[in-house]
Amino acid sequence: MSVNPKTPNPAVRNPLSVLKSHLQGACAAAALLLAAGSLAQAQDLNALIWCDHADPALLQPFEEANGVKVNVKEFEGTGAGLAIVEQSQPGDWDVMVIDSIDIPRGVEKGLFEPLPEDKLPLADLFPQVKMDSSTVVDGKRYGITEKFGYNTIGYNKTKVDPADMQSLAALTGDKYKGKIAIYDYYLPVIGMAALAIGKKTAELTEADLPAIKEELLKMKANAKLVGEVTASQTALATGEVDILVGGGEWVTAGLAKENPALDFSIPKEGAVLWSQSLAMFKDSKNKELALKFIQYIMSPEGQARLATSSCYWGMPASSKAALSDEQKNILRFDEQPEFLARAQSYPAPNADLDKKMQDVWTEMLQAQ
Amino acid sequence: MNAVNSGRALPWALVAPALGWTLLFFVLPFVAMAVSSLTAHEGGGFTLSNYSQFFANPSYWQAMVNSLQVTAIVTVISVLLAYPFAWILAEQVPERWQRLALMLAVLPFWTSYVVRSYSWLLVLAQNGVVNRALTGSGLFGEPLQLANTRLATVTGFVHFFVMLLTLTIFANLKQLSPSYRKAAADLGAGSLRTFLHVVLPLTLPGIMVGAFLTFVLCIGDYITPQILGGNNELLMPQLVMMQIGRRGDFPLASALSIILMAVVTVAYLACSRWLKIERA
Repeated sequence: MSVNPKTPNPAVRNPLSVLKSHLQGACAAAALLLAAGSLAQAQDLNALIWCDHADPALLQPFEEANGVKVNVKEFEGTGAGLAIVEQSQPGDWDVMVIDSIDIPRGVEKGLFEPLPEDKLPLADLFPQVKMDSSTVVDGKRYGITEKFGYNTIGYNKTKVDPADMQSLAALTGDKYKGKIAIYDYYLPVIGMAALAIGKKTAELTEADLPAIKEELLKMKANAKLVGEVTASQTALATGEVDILVGGGEWVTAGLAKENPALDFSIPKEGAVLWSQSLAMFKDSKNKELALKFIQYIMSPEGQARLATSSCYWGMPASSKAALSDEQKNILRFDEQPEFLARAQSYPAPNADLDKKMQDVWTEMLQAQ
Repeated sequence: MNAVNSGRALPWALVAPALGWTLLFFVLPFVAMAVSSLTAHEGGGFTLSNYSQFFANPSYWQAMVNSLQVTAIVTVISVLLAYPFAWILAEQVPERWQRLALMLAVLPFWTSYVVRSYSWLLVLAQNGVVNRALTGSGLFGEPLQLANTRLATVTGFVHFFVMLLTLTIFANLKQLSPSYRKAAADLGAGSLRTFLHVVLPLTLPGIMVGAFLTFVLCIGDYITPQILGGNNELLMPQLVMMQIGRRGDFPLASALSIILMAVVTVAYLACSRWLKIERA
């Protein structure tokens, strides 16, 4: 993948940009003043994370082993995460959890440090989730996949016929009308709609959007709600709906003990593979500690703890994760080779197509 | 001369903290947002496209229509429920019990807004209390879809804003001198006529203040429609948040926010004659 770093020349910047940057500077200074009391010490590790990394069961062993404190800040969505970085001082952050497909965005902004491949257990990763097309830019590795899973069909097997869940057509038929929730994130569900109409998720173009929109509208007509993580999980767990479009092990595995009836399928048309990576910041003041943290997360113990985090479960990227048999069973660990063979990549549109996809999603949400 | 100068400086010194606060936390962010709204997401140059997108995209426009409809419904229902409630508190409840009654009335304020919204979701769910009562009593054979609808959003909002309106209307009713009613009675007006021609017009400022607060807080609220509405329709705050999550399109989010602020400003101007602070 080619990268074209944008380095604006101050001499040709328009007055609006100059004013904007001054205002951003003033806002950042004010924010820093306010945050000064809580800013981490230099020897601590500062991590921008998703909620699964906030689990003390994951962080404490690393903190105790290294005598450090891991300061975490949760965010949702790459755009929000990158905005936090832009409003911080260089060196404020050491590591970041990011959608694997978005690593090139961070590299393009000059944020990330190349990772030493010889010090990472890359050989232990499931080959399909290494995601080199995103995690390696210009021959350098900027991220390592730590966790993955599927945006597919999550369902209650006591309420629906599991055989029906082997095809995405069940989502648009009449049989389960009003029993369906849709996960409110446009990229994976657009990917599922693409699979339903026989498109490859890696090859989507603007020309595919009308047909995708039609498929999404059919799903919406059958759906009771379109909900973010908590809402869709709650709807499935409480019986408000029986099927979650876009659900997968990340919804059902964590609830397995309380509700063993929840399961997921990889339909014949395929599923969308999601993956999250760890990246190190170029301006980190603790690169050695940051690398140690990444190595810990990628260790068999770290992978098992991350996979079974209290926020959400997911498949560990490493095939050597120290999971118990019961945990493996819940995650359907042994079926992964077959699942991975049928899964398709997460849609990774360019900025223009991304915007158009989001607009299609907005139209779907507004449709009555 | 020094005394004159210090006399002039004192008022400025007194308002300086409030002025500084407003500059730092309202004017500066607002200017930053306005500048951002005129900036292209890709490239950073000047553009009006963030505003034109709103008017060109029916889905965006629909979000504003939805927001105005929901806000209008919530405001009207809240006023209709809060006024009699406040009137009963102010006029019917003995003076010594009023403080306790008012505290009980605003008790739900003490719980978290998010927790309260999720509680409503469970109450209105298919297996929730309401549907169980309806199906158990034989009124309906099948559970109704109450959660994840506009009705749920309106219910969550009304629950919150009735409390707010009750406070403002109650305060207004308590300020009303009993002499007005006595004068109306002396002139031969009955209870209904006194209420319609004396009490109601004199408490209109309290109603309008509460209604305006309801309007402002409701039209800008993200939590309630997000939790209770089930995303079966988008409101403006949800549309704004959508632009930020993955794409980080702060310019478009800023433009949509400024449009929302413009609507609030129009509402303020429409209500301004009743929103004056001065007292006769």
